[in-house]
Amino acid sequence: MKVLMTEYLRIDLDKETWECRVCDHEIGPATTNYKEGMLVYDRNPRDVHPPVIDPERYEYTFSPDPEWIRILEYYCPSCGTQVEAEYAIPGHPPLYDMEIDLPALKAQWSKREEVKEPVVGPEVELDRGHHHGHKH
Amino acid sequence: MTASTTETEAQRIAADQALVAKFLKDTTLFLAPDPEIMNEHDLAPRTAEEEDALARFSDPHTISRIRDRVQAGANEGFEMVEQMGAAPGAKWGDLITGIYTASGDLALCSAGGVLIFSALVHHPIKFIIKNWINDPTVGVRDGDGFIHNDSRYGNIHNTDQSMIVPVFWEGKLVCWVASTVHEGENGAIEPGGMPSMAESSFDEGLKMSPFRVVENFEIKKDILTFLQNSVREPKLQYEDMKVKLFACLRIKQRIEEILVSDGPMALTASLRGTLENVRKEVKRRLTEWPDMSVRTYMIQDSTLRENCLIKINLKVTKTGDRLIFDFRGSSPEFTNRANNTVLAGTKGMISQLFLCFIWPDLPRNQACFAPMEVITDPCSTVAASYAAPNSQSLMSIFTVFSASQHALGKFLYSCPEKYTKVIAPWFNMINTFIWGGLSQHGETLGNLCADLNGMGGGARSESDGQHGLSPIFATMSDIGEQELNEEEVPFLQLVSKKLTRDTQAPGKYRGGMGYQMMVATKDSDQWGFMTTTVGAKVPPIQGLFGGYACGTYPLSKVRNVDVYNVMRDNPEQFRHSIEEIMNNQPFPGAKYTTHHMGMGFELSKRGELYMISQGSGAGYGDLLERDPALVISDIEEDLISKPVARRLYKVAFDEDTLAIDVEGTKALRQAEREDRKKRGKPFKEFVKTWSKPLPPANLPFYGCWGDDVSVLYAGGPHDRRDANKPKPIFMRHPKDVKIEQLEAKLLALTGKTY
Ligand SMILES: [Zn+2]
Repeated sequence: MKVLMTEYLRIDLDKETWECRVCDHEIGPATTNYKEGMLVYDRNPRDVHPPVIDPERYEYTFSPDPEWIRILEYYCPSCGTQVEAEYAIPGHPPLYDMEIDLPALKAQWSKREEVKEPVVGPEVELDRGHHHGHKH
Repeated sequence: MTASTTETEAQRIAADQALVAKFLKDTTLFLAPDPEIMNEHDLAPRTAEEEDALARFSDPHTISRIRDRVQAGANEGFEMVEQMGAAPGAKWGDLITGIYTASGDLALCSAGGVLIFSALVHHPIKFIIKNWINDPTVGVRDGDGFIHNDSRYGNIHNTDQSMIVPVFWEGKLVCWVASTVHEGENGAIEPGGMPSMAESSFDEGLKMSPFRVVENFEIKKDILTFLQNSVREPKLQYEDMKVKLFACLRIKQRIEEILVSDGPMALTASLRGTLENVRKEVKRRLTEWPDMSVRTYMIQDSTLRENCLIKINLKVTKTGDRLIFDFRGSSPEFTNRANNTVLAGTKGMISQLFLCFIWPDLPRNQACFAPMEVITDPCSTVAASYAAPNSQSLMSIFTVFSASQHALGKFLYSCPEKYTKVIAPWFNMINTFIWGGLSQHGETLGNLCADLNGMGGGARSESDGQHGLSPIFATMSDIGEQELNEEEVPFLQLVSKKLTRDTQAPGKYRGGMGYQMMVATKDSDQWGFMTTTVGAKVPPIQGLFGGYACGTYPLSKVRNVDVYNVMRDNPEQFRHSIEEIMNNQPFPGAKYTTHHMGMGFELSKRGELYMISQGSGAGYGDLLERDPALVISDIEEDLISKPVARRLYKVAFDEDTLAIDVEGTKALRQAEREDRKKRGKPFKEFVKTWSKPLPPANLPFYGCWGDDVSVLYAGGPHDRRDANKPKPIFMRHPKDVKIEQLEAKLLALTGKTY
């Protein structure tokens, strides 16, 4: 059985591995940090958040200070999907952001049906009683 | 030794202990905030009355019917305060009303309003119960009303004031009702009630521990006058005390109607039963989440006085039906800066996250957060000591909120049982103007623009975030009618809710964006502004699942200009965006500058511009998956410029018609994916050069570095501390720092010391 853990990652409970949901690439053991199976790039935040006002004339420009903060972009090595973007202080070790208790996850899903499409959650609407959980 | 002598011995020891306890209680010189009350957020133990009531009234229909009536009473009280309150915060929903059990637990609060209070007002009520009920000099009687604002006794910050009223039935206390409003002015060192210049708790204005201010349902004039005499807006102080009192009395009336129709035991059963049911349901819902630990951190990039990197560190662990928020490793508290929060504020903000964003279907009470656990370091900026100022606690509690929202998104995604959609972090800062001075009518005022309620929403798992939607602390609030405000305050907002182009948080779904505010004083020689947010250098949130955070938001000023004269004499010179005004500099002779968002109160001159922008909620997912049609629609709405759209989203389109080139877009995106694979390095190789054992020597960093939460840094690698042995952090006056730099320059130039 496979569990959809994030927008781009799932865990294969039988093989005990992280997988890419876009290209099915096997990323690494589910008992480790999935980031260890990713490509990482140190992105200058100015690329993503461009200055709105002239950086030649002003100190603060709507664009983050690249000396103070960087963006660690994690890519699937097989399909190049950006799985995570971690805003990091320069030199700060990447976070082990999802440390899974695998035996507990297996036990939990042993009582559940496999979910192949992500459950989206209810819509907030004015009309009462109109709830739908499917993807559209 | 016989059994009876042992018993006598035991009785004697017990009597001695009681005597010692009474002696200590009678001789307590100061009833400071009580750690026993302030550190507890779980429900009070069941009382004998509650036990009896629950035994007699177990029918869920009765419990639910009474709950609905109590809820309607709370909502009615809320409407009253919102309609009649004088504080701008009251008019826009920054308030709440609630009903509390006889033990002080929040049983239900109004559907609208600032839900964070749900985790906070029970503290002062429990203080009253513990200390005043049996105190012969105080006591609690029918017709009493108690006032409170000091955050250290249970509040977010001292600008919020509560009115607390006990409800008696046949001589017995059955419950409490309370109303809390963000009042604004409170006599602090700066107007508006949230001073960022506060360097000690004594700069923060009124410090009301809970005390009686109402007797026989009437406000005591002598105490009222003292309070009025202590603040800049004496009329506001009186009006809103009256409004809150009458709202409480209305809710009390509704409760009494229930007491007449159903009796006190049914009411008690409904209040306690609801709390216990919610607590049980919360534990059940938690078991559905995956067992794991999620780590994240947020950065506050300033204390509001100087830029620095303040880390809010969070590890959330879920096992079975337990959820543990571990904030160890967050920055130590600042001894002379106002951005610290008390622990209750941290908890209240997480509680509010659940009630507004995760389980909004649950009855709004204290039980929603009751079973959860929070761990912090001692004297942490997220759990500050009694001595530390906290008037700008919003800086810490908002980043606490975002860290929690970011982490919980990762728990919620895989859980099939959902009550809301998975959402990227909301924008979290109150980018607005706090103002004060003498109005055009000669009145002294101090308050803020309700635009703080216009935070951009985070992107959701299947749709973009909404623009300027609502603040993280109140889903149902308003930004007010500017034209009405202008009748009372001597300044205008010169552009109307124009979204700030190219400031979106990109992703498969982008965050909702923020709008610009430009203010200029017009009809007063004694009027000024302040701004109190972080995030002008480093984004204050993180993105979700490959989506990006927002950018940063500065304060821009244009001085040596009177834009009202410009509009009269050369209206064509005026521009309607920060981008155009700062880049084109259209007013000859004017001075254009940018600043971080911690502007202390500053007197303004007629027609000088102060300009800021609300922020964007975070993005969700890989931006290369964004539907090209959505990118074009953002261009059409002027939310993003064509060059930025092309560069970021890799969409090929016709420059004039904006027609999408589908094949071209596919090729651009495939090329970008290939480029990622080329520029990205395998993790193990990457960390060899990226990861450093210590924080950078050139950056003022506060908090733990990496995973080791036992060591905290205070300003950089040179100041290492044991996390369990707190020491003060004194920041120097930013002007002293600047003077020192300038003196060094002078010395270099002239060889002289000044
Ligand atoms: Zn892939």
